[in-house]
Amino acid sequence: MQRNDNRESAREIVVPGDLLADRGMKAGPGTYIEDGNIFASLLGIKSVRSNTVGVVPLSGQYVPIRGDMVIGKIVDIGASNWLVDINAPHPSPLHVNEVPWRVEFGETDRFMTVGDLVLLKVVGVDELGRVQISMKEHGLRKLAGGMVFEVAPAKVPRVIGRSGSMIQILKNLTGCRIHVGQNGRIWIDGDLDNILNAVEAIKLIEKEAHSKGLTEKVKNLLERASKKGA
Amino acid sequence: MSKDVMADLKRDHITKLLSKGIRIDGRKFEEMRPLTVEKSYIQSAEGSARVRLGDTDVIVGVKMVVGQPFPDTPDKGVLTTNAELKPLASETFESGPPGKAAIELARVVDRGIREGQAVDMEKLCIEAEKEVWIMFIDIHTIDYDGNLFDAANVAAIAALKDAVVPAKRADKGEDFPLPVAHEPISVTAVKIDGHILADPTYDEEVVADARLTVAINEKGNICAMQKGGEGSFSVDEVLKIVDLSRRLGAEMRSKI
Amino acid sequence: MGGTPLPEGIKLIDENGRRIDGRKPDELRPLRIEAGVLKRADGSAYLEWGQNKVIAAVYGPRECHPRHMQDPTRALVQCHYNMASFSVDDRKRPGPDRRSQEISKITSEALTHVVFTEYFPRTSIDVYIEVLQANAGTRCAGLTAASVALADAGIPMRDLVASCAAGKVADTMVLDLGKEEDNFGQADIPVGFIPRTEEIVLLQMDGDLTIDQFRTGLGMAVDACKKVYEVQRDALKRRYTIASDEREVAGSAEVK
Repeated sequence: MQRNDNRESAREIVVPGDLLADRGMKAGPGTYIEDGNIFASLLGIKSVRSNTVGVVPLSGQYVPIRGDMVIGKIVDIGASNWLVDINAPHPSPLHVNEVPWRVEFGETDRFMTVGDLVLLKVVGVDELGRVQISMKEHGLRKLAGGMVFEVAPAKVPRVIGRSGSMIQILKNLTGCRIHVGQNGRIWIDGDLDNILNAVEAIKLIEKEAHSKGLTEKVKNLLERASKKGA
Repeated sequence: MSKDVMADLKRDHITKLLSKGIRIDGRKFEEMRPLTVEKSYIQSAEGSARVRLGDTDVIVGVKMVVGQPFPDTPDKGVLTTNAELKPLASETFESGPPGKAAIELARVVDRGIREGQAVDMEKLCIEAEKEVWIMFIDIHTIDYDGNLFDAANVAAIAALKDAVVPAKRADKGEDFPLPVAHEPISVTAVKIDGHILADPTYDEEVVADARLTVAINEKGNICAMQKGGEGSFSVDEVLKIVDLSRRLGAEMRSKI
Repeated sequence: MGGTPLPEGIKLIDENGRRIDGRKPDELRPLRIEAGVLKRADGSAYLEWGQNKVIAAVYGPRECHPRHMQDPTRALVQCHYNMASFSVDDRKRPGPDRRSQEISKITSEALTHVVFTEYFPRTSIDVYIEVLQANAGTRCAGLTAASVALADAGIPMRDLVASCAAGKVADTMVLDLGKEEDNFGQADIPVGFIPRTEEIVLLQMDGDLTIDQFRTGLGMAVDACKKVYEVQRDALKRRYTIASDEREVAGSAEVK
């Protein structure tokens, strides 16, 4: 959940091919090594943490990584699995063994059907880019009701905030239940006005993801909104 | 190509907002997005315009060549309208020859121009039954955020007004401005959950029940219509959209 | 290229060594690049290079179509170069022709060299290059824009590819041929180059050159690519430098 959740003091924008560091540093995400030197492989913000240099991406599609919490949408049903779109290039099968219920062969549609939203975890990604997903962990479930909308996957770390600080502010000040998928899908449930306020706040975070004083701006927006509502 | 998987789920979000009188981008129900018209954008065309309607971005180029008239209109020029929904403009557009949506777009724009008598086609006759000007209107979509009909229609009218007939190049006398007689402007509205919304965005368009395009000229007369989508309109709704088109179309015309 | 006799009264190089548009032999036409210009595409770039106007859009990595093209070990970089029907003086018939298919192929290959395709097995990274206005050198302009659009889309890449052509007109080696030079010149060498690693990833040549002339031309093109590369990097950096200053204009960069 806390991937790339660091705030850089100097925001140096780097471009693929830019030299980031020579020997002595460790290569972090968004980089590659050539002749011992570390280069940027992504357009983004250079980040240095202890002796690791990486690039925080500013754009890009969702790339599943083991451990990611994601929001999927069921797009097809088989006799022993569901096919789930997780905003990755390919849909992933969710096998009956990976759900919290005992499902008999051919009875998959009695539990979940096409169009349903599910909170899932990525439990593995193989070299061929195939993604294994599961609903077995505590808290993972079908998402009924509420509203779902999408943000750029590169902005998800900002919506979550450092150690979940931003999402906590959103939850506290709106009273909504919120799940943020690493894949850029956000599910919100609560009173309609509060949902709309949360959506406004998340739009602000997405728009000003890398600007200073974002937390204060979000707090101000939500406090203004709750006063107006009261 | 990858379709918009989440489209049906957006409907819920959009309708909940509409029930509170709010559109997804904060506009009023009967409000167009900002319109900018950049004429003479393409120098290799006889006339051109790049139009941005919100985030929808369309370029229209007018090219003219000398050719033969149709036998039933021996003293009139020929109008050909072509639209391409380029895959750069949306993940939902595919490469290849124009599909049904592109053909509908071309035909609706064509109808507005033809039936609205935008161009004085008799002035495009060089020698009756032998030689006339053939006018190609090419609609090129650059970025698709809904309502291509109106963006393309405005771009086409602006490109026609920008066009100069290249008579000298074809050895047919002196160049002259394309004779634009009328300026029919279309306005499109959609119906979502009983609400009528002018100038739909992409998100609104994909969840809409029905769509209606009405082209009206500068005298206030209707010259073309097109209803789309699987839903329906009541007579009152249709009349409401006609009135919308008259009001909003006049505003758009002033920006060309 | 070659063969076409020079029309009476046109001098490609004048007595002061200046070219038909006033440039010195090693002078580029003005180049301006803007990154992130489209809403729907995952990445995009707009480029004006002399009279050329080009937009590049990137979608993906996404599911590869047609399925049988999927590579289980890596992503396919699929470029689609297309000229708008109004981009040239004589209206171009819409759709791919042999020339555009060839350009699409060599551009795909040049870009595949820099993309970490192995990160995205079984997918396609689609690059759409739309030439809106053409004035010689569109394949170089397209490749240059496409590389910026790929980086803008957040695609992991080793580096950017810069591109520029050199050529021979009136027995003089020159850079970045304009339209008349392209029509009436003696040779053209489009080059795609990665300045940092000094790798040539696109190379074509047509016309007539001595080996020494070729060596000179290639050297000129390579040096020019270094300048183009700086404009590309500036465009990408400025897009986000400006964005983080909370100004709502896309970044752009220029070379004079």
